[in-house]
Amino acid sequence: MNVKALIVLLCLPLPALAQGFAGLGSNAGVFADPAPETVLQFPADHGAHPAFRIEWWYLTANLTGPDGTPYGLQWTLFRTALAPHDGQGWQTPQLWMGHAAVTTPDAHFVAERLARGGIGQAGVQAAPFSAWIDDWAMQGPDLDRLRLTASGSDFAYDVGLAATGPLVLHGQNGYSVKSAAGQASHYYSQPFFQVSGNLTLPEGSIPVTGQAWLDREWSSQPLAQDQTGWDWFSLSFDTGDKLMGFVLRGVTDFTAATWIAADGSATALPDGAFAATPLAQHTVAGRDVPVEWHVRLAERGVDVTVQALNPQAWMATSVPYWEGPVQVSGSHAGVGYLEMTGYQD
Amino acid sequence: MSRVIFSALFAYWRRNPLQLFTLLAGLAVGTALWSGVQAINAEARASYDAAAATLGEGSYGQITAKDGAAMPQQTYIALRRAGWNVSPVVEGKLGSVRIVGIDPLTAPGGIGPVGAAGGADLAAFLSGAGQIFAQADTLRRLTLVEAERIIAPDVAPNTAITDIGLAQRLLGKAGQIDRLLVATEQPLTRRPLATIAPDLIEAQAQGSSDVARLTDSFHLNLTAFGLLSFSVGLFIVHGAIGLAFEQRRAMVRTLRALGVPLRRLIGLMVVELAVLALVAGMIGVALGYAVAAALLPDVAATLRGLYGADVSGQLAMRPVWWLSGLAIALGGTAVAAAGALWSLVRMPLLVSAQPRAWAMARRRGALVAVSLALLATAAGIAVWGHGLMAGFILLGALLIGGALALPPLLGLVLQLGEGCARGPVAQWFWADTRQQLPGLSLALMALLLAMAANVGVSTMVSSFRLTFTGFLDQRLASELYVSATDARQAAAIIAVAQTRSDAVLPILSTDQHVAGLPAEIYGARDHVTYRDNWQFLRAAPKVWEALAQGKGVLVNEQLFRRAGLDLGAKVTIAPGVAMPVLGIYGDYGNPVGQIILTEAVFRRQFPDVVALRFGLRIDPAQVAALRAALRDQAGVADNAIVDQASIKALSLSVFERTFAVTTALNILTLAVAGFAILMSLLTLAAMRLPQLAPVWALGLTRRRLAALDLLRAMVLAALTGAVALPLGLALAWALLAVVNVEAFGWRLPMYLFPLDYLRLAGLALLAAALAALWPVWRLSRIPPARLLGVFRHER
Repeated sequence: MNVKALIVLLCLPLPALAQGFAGLGSNAGVFADPAPETVLQFPADHGAHPAFRIEWWYLTANLTGPDGTPYGLQWTLFRTALAPHDGQGWQTPQLWMGHAAVTTPDAHFVAERLARGGIGQAGVQAAPFSAWIDDWAMQGPDLDRLRLTASGSDFAYDVGLAATGPLVLHGQNGYSVKSAAGQASHYYSQPFFQVSGNLTLPEGSIPVTGQAWLDREWSSQPLAQDQTGWDWFSLSFDTGDKLMGFVLRGVTDFTAATWIAADGSATALPDGAFAATPLAQHTVAGRDVPVEWHVRLAERGVDVTVQALNPQAWMATSVPYWEGPVQVSGSHAGVGYLEMTGYQD
Repeated sequence: MSRVIFSALFAYWRRNPLQLFTLLAGLAVGTALWSGVQAINAEARASYDAAAATLGEGSYGQITAKDGAAMPQQTYIALRRAGWNVSPVVEGKLGSVRIVGIDPLTAPGGIGPVGAAGGADLAAFLSGAGQIFAQADTLRRLTLVEAERIIAPDVAPNTAITDIGLAQRLLGKAGQIDRLLVATEQPLTRRPLATIAPDLIEAQAQGSSDVARLTDSFHLNLTAFGLLSFSVGLFIVHGAIGLAFEQRRAMVRTLRALGVPLRRLIGLMVVELAVLALVAGMIGVALGYAVAAALLPDVAATLRGLYGADVSGQLAMRPVWWLSGLAIALGGTAVAAAGALWSLVRMPLLVSAQPRAWAMARRRGALVAVSLALLATAAGIAVWGHGLMAGFILLGALLIGGALALPPLLGLVLQLGEGCARGPVAQWFWADTRQQLPGLSLALMALLLAMAANVGVSTMVSSFRLTFTGFLDQRLASELYVSATDARQAAAIIAVAQTRSDAVLPILSTDQHVAGLPAEIYGARDHVTYRDNWQFLRAAPKVWEALAQGKGVLVNEQLFRRAGLDLGAKVTIAPGVAMPVLGIYGDYGNPVGQIILTEAVFRRQFPDVVALRFGLRIDPAQVAALRAALRDQAGVADNAIVDQASIKALSLSVFERTFAVTTALNILTLAVAGFAILMSLLTLAAMRLPQLAPVWALGLTRRRLAALDLLRAMVLAALTGAVALPLGLALAWALLAVVNVEAFGWRLPMYLFPLDYLRLAGLALLAAALAALWPVWRLSRIPPARLLGVFRHER
């Protein structure tokens, strides 16, 4: 029972294939269920929701170096609960997992941290905002002004984030449906961060600027039993408009999207409005992963090709997945992030 | 055709069951001792490895508090939040069981109950009543623990693994952490340890666990014995194969004359030997298992007593023993048979098939040359060699060179004996002994090796024992030792003892890290007791005066060697306080380094340490009265007062047990050598008839002949013993002054034990006499018709 095995057991109960990616299709059971009538309250909802089984603070950024080189940055804090309550000390059932990554056109750096709640090693506090695991932190007086740090054995970063737009609630006031059967999560974003700071890479320190997108999501059973994974896109167009869209792969695919206008006004789009079809596969970590996509949102005239900056952006973490920066061309130009889960080797 | 040849080959063994038995028994006994010793070592090493894997010793660096105490949990959090990839461990004893609490989320790979319980459930491990992983017998002793018990054979003996939260509750260590494991991979941005937790100290990974290094000497000892027994076994096998091949020359010639190709014949003989080797190997491994099972509880007790190492007393059957046992049996047979097969290959087809007065033609000159070359090599290594490997080559060259020198030396002595002999019977006795020498020489070489090893090892052990007892006398100079439960009782003890004893010597000690190594620091009161009794390996002049004036410290040999100190070198005893080394003392049996300060300096540097143990100097006649007074007036429990004699007895009993195993192996080796002599005599008996018959015909009775044979065996054994003594002493010197220093870093003085050697000589004579008894008895009862038969037809 080594640690890695433990974590995989934790996150991937063995019949994982039948129960969706990372066990997210398991029954909620004793945990709280997301409800459509819930009204999100801020800043309280920036904090943790221990009654729900899983939750994340998920930040991705598209950055540019002084010579114009594009970079991607990821900082994620996951919370997993073994039981629907919080507690002090080692006995708490709240477990935390941090993932950090920096992607360059020809390299991908990844680090992972694990911690138990209740002893101060990891946690989230709503106000003043602070999310941390070990020495990694996302903190500031509020969610609009944050400092973000993380480090691995071969990379580190320290960047500042400043929000230039409002929070965006996905789905119906932040209640985001994930399947025809009604599985859902609470989901909101802050897609309007301006970023500046430093990346530390093997070649040295690199000053960077760019934009970042924070996703906040919690649920107890966000996937249907037959759903095995998802392809998630967050695209920022040069026009200032943004698009969040995902495909949940199951017996029949389920899609959802949010169109975010440059002023922050959001429109939720129903199943079927958003379409994404793979154009090219790439072999990563022994699996075939689609790293080039044809993305359409007919309602807004979006018909673009989404291409990975670095096809090897594989997150070789306890629960492995693909996560990396993308470039957008076609009807709209821009940048964004792509996340793909549930691709088996 | 192969079948026919095989049946011809095997017919020989059918007609000579004794030789078959010799071959199989020699090989089996050699394999048994070798694989038995290997089994014991493997079992112990598996236990150390399990302990090291469980506790992260060896593979990971460790962070501990400088004062050896537990650290607050908040310090751990502070380190994690400063970027240190460390994992907490809590440990302690619950009853007799060692409880180890780990955090599976941060533990570096491979730590924890590895491979335990397929489908292990993290939720169950982390929360609720928790889970506890241990071997079955350990779990049985954990009666009071509520947690779910899971049998995990990979966990170290006497150790139970559980979640750190549960371990803190079980051990009453809430909010405390004993040590931190430092993962190999650390993030780029990590603040220095000293700025976050100045009270902590980081020790680098040591590559092997402390226990494994401490017990190396013990296992080396066993391995050497295993190898020695096996080589003695090989002498027997070599003898048996050589004899069989000599006697089968006629058959080989006949078979070849009948048209069997040589290549095929040799091939089939190799197959024949391989089959015999496999059979003997299997018997040997089974016997070895029995030897190991019989010795292991003693070994486990020794290791626990001496080093605090937990070794399972139960033997697990590992397939690798079977394989290595069989492999060594096959390899040994190949070595033993190579010469015999070669001489068959080179045998001209038409040469006389008569056995050549077997082995008389062995090239004595070459033997002498090889022997001298080996002995010269040994001498060269002794003078110029460096390193453990050189030490082992020295041992090997010494033993083999000595063994090869034996037959020429004996031949020389027997020739002298013959020259001095008066009267025909005496002359015949010497001449006949010389005539038998080649046939017996292999067995005598085996006896030589066994005796030399006996002398060497017993000299080493006894030297160690003598040094150790002297050391105990020096260190346990006070008549009575008292332990207090707390400072209040300590004060009461001082009050009582001050009026009733000659001196009260407080024993102040604290565990610290010195030069990055764990060490004990002692405060000693300036007292004549120490001046009178302590001996130094090296010391500055007027060392006690300088110590009393606080001008320096004393260090033990372990710290001196490990930290590379020297007289006058400065050693840091506390942050910012470095003092020169005034003296180095031997500290046998102590695994860690030690420093002695004078009391005043100690109290200044470690003001929080209160003396809870005291040595009391008193007239031995008054001991009982003082004990009573301490019990009645200071409320000291009886078991907290120990007198000098019982501490010494306890220490010595641990020591004796350590070497009980050595003694057992010593006797086994000697027995194997005795067996070799028996077998040689039995096989020679039949061949000697043509030489005995004329002497019998001249008037010597069978009884007389038998008595002379018995005498001959004993004379040869005595002569071998005379050669074995210097060889054994050379071996002892090599072990003490070369191998010991290279392997363990300290040198033991060598003492001689003539009475022991005399007893050993007696034992060797006894073994030879016992071995000769049966052949001699057979000779005394041989039907005269058989002796007459010698004259009827020439064999």
